[in-house]
Amino acid sequence: MDVITILFTTALWAAAIRIASPLIFATLGELLCERAGVINLGIEGIMTVGAFAGWITVYAGFGLWAGVVVAALAGALFGLLHAVLVVPLGLSQHVTGIGITLLASSLAYYFYRLALPEVTSPPKIEPFQPWAVPGLSDLPFVGEALFRQTPLTYLAFVMVALVAWLLARTPLGLAIKAVGENPAAAEAQGINVIAVRIGAVVAGSALMGVGGAFLTLSAFNSFFFDMINGRGWISVALVVFGSWRPGKALVGALLFGLFDAYQLRLQQWAGAVVPYQLFLMLPYVLSIIALILVSRRAAYPRALMVPYHKGER
Amino acid sequence: MRLEPRSERSLLLTLGFPLLALLVAALFAALLVMLAGANPFTVFALILKGSLGSRFAVMETLTRATPLIFTGLAAAVAFRAKLWNIGGEAQFYAGAVMTVVLGTGLLPLPAPVLLPVLMLAAMLGGAVLLYAPALMKTRFGVDEVVTTLLFNFIFLLLVSLLLEGPLKDPMGLGWPQSKKVVEAAQLPRLVKGLRLHWGFVLALAAAAVVWFIDRKTVLGYEMRAVGHNARAAQFAGIPVARVIARTALISGGLAALGGFSEVAGLKGNLTLDLSPGFGYTGIVVAMLALLHPLGVIAAAIFVAAVFVGADAMSRSAGVPSYIAHVMVASALLTMVTAVMFTRYRLRWR
Repeated sequence: MDVITILFTTALWAAAIRIASPLIFATLGELLCERAGVINLGIEGIMTVGAFAGWITVYAGFGLWAGVVVAALAGALFGLLHAVLVVPLGLSQHVTGIGITLLASSLAYYFYRLALPEVTSPPKIEPFQPWAVPGLSDLPFVGEALFRQTPLTYLAFVMVALVAWLLARTPLGLAIKAVGENPAAAEAQGINVIAVRIGAVVAGSALMGVGGAFLTLSAFNSFFFDMINGRGWISVALVVFGSWRPGKALVGALLFGLFDAYQLRLQQWAGAVVPYQLFLMLPYVLSIIALILVSRRAAYPRALMVPYHKGER
Repeated sequence: MRLEPRSERSLLLTLGFPLLALLVAALFAALLVMLAGANPFTVFALILKGSLGSRFAVMETLTRATPLIFTGLAAAVAFRAKLWNIGGEAQFYAGAVMTVVLGTGLLPLPAPVLLPVLMLAAMLGGAVLLYAPALMKTRFGVDEVVTTLLFNFIFLLLVSLLLEGPLKDPMGLGWPQSKKVVEAAQLPRLVKGLRLHWGFVLALAAAAVVWFIDRKTVLGYEMRAVGHNARAAQFAGIPVARVIARTALISGGLAALGGFSEVAGLKGNLTLDLSPGFGYTGIVVAMLALLHPLGVIAAAIFVAAVFVGADAMSRSAGVPSYIAHVMVASALLTMVTAVMFTRYRLRWR
């Protein structure tokens, strides 16, 4: 199989969407935080916690969807911690976020070791199985690529539509955007800036948690150390790439998934001549290039990273 | 609820709050230890004994603190100028790679010449690695947090590539490790029979130099001004982009010097597990030190003690050694909160 024909295999496109799914959740989550004016660098750790919490729930005998809910709650909990520290208390969002990442991931590892002290190979669970959408999955090409995914992938797409609708069409979405652009004006409109910001960070972090859980409950069937592997940081880059819009962020995540799926196949094809590490670097390099391309004209939410203190100017 | 700046800061507050922060972090850790079914007092005693309880333990703690002083200084210097360098890990490895490339026999020089050459080369490697994101920040407005973070992943893959390719030790039994550096490229031990090496002294010297730059030079003043308010600094005629670039060179160089010290002083060669996250832990060290260069020394020793002590403790008490990471991360969060409360007070209406 050569470099071009790979592009026309359904397996490639199906893999692209699978790889994009956790990024879609995480990118949406980060987008929600940043639209409200809070950068959440706890994302990498929150995804780790989500991956662990979801997995341990299922491992303990509960259902897969219970795992997803627990992952979302665990993510929300660390989101709440981040939000309380940076919104009402106004701490540095960078430092707090890194602190949340370190705390969340080390707690996940601690509890993993506590639950399974002696294991060398991580125990497996029965993950989500692909679910063929009746009718649509019989379509040629598109059916196999798009409509034979696991339920969490469909949920990711639903969440994109939901967040896009929330931001564009609802008063709550307007409030979120307002506190991210001009909190003083929002306050004058009667919006509780602190509450809206905290709410957005908590909800966004819940999405990040589900993104992490996708890895343990859908993509793989066990939890292992460092499994998030920079996906959180890539999502932060994807938010910028997607100009803080859910639709564009989805396109970014899909492009990224496509690229990653493609390099995995190229790796098998050219692996003998080109060191595999170069292929593994590509996603990170691509993220940086994407950032350079869009950053100059990026329209950051104007109050991003600016703490808001009531009554101060 | 709102925050109100304190008009005066008593010594009691300035010292009391940070201590309270450490206490809260310790209480949280105690809770986790109890969840593991162990007695927190026994566990803390074991951590203390394992890190400071004997001459050997103290030396081991100082050895572990050495790389953390370097990465802590790197973070402190950058954060002071609000250059968010989260790429200490990559810069640390850059220094180690330069040391191994030049120190394994390529340069037939005597130690007094070779060691400074290696140090400079290492610093150059780390400096370049942070200079690129700094340029991307000043030229294209790319957020350096994300780029430096992504650089960590890219550079670690590069190290892996090098260790399986050009830098691989042919005698390494197939392990991805480099050759040992030549004898002239080794930093001597400080005490015979113990692992503490001259890298520790180098780290102390680096802290002193950073303190000097910070307090006694124009550059240090400009860095602080940029960190305090970049727009005001620009308005006052400070070349902000140039100050950021110089900060990047110094910060990257410091982290890389840590990589040099770890290879030349302790490990002798380069492996993929040379750093168990020294770059990231350096950020915690810098914040615990409140970004003060000399405080970094104390903070690094404290963090190293927690890690060394927890390693010893987990062997005997059966509490996972990840408790050390939890303690250090929660100390970071409680400390930044405490510092905020030394400056502001909470008003409920």
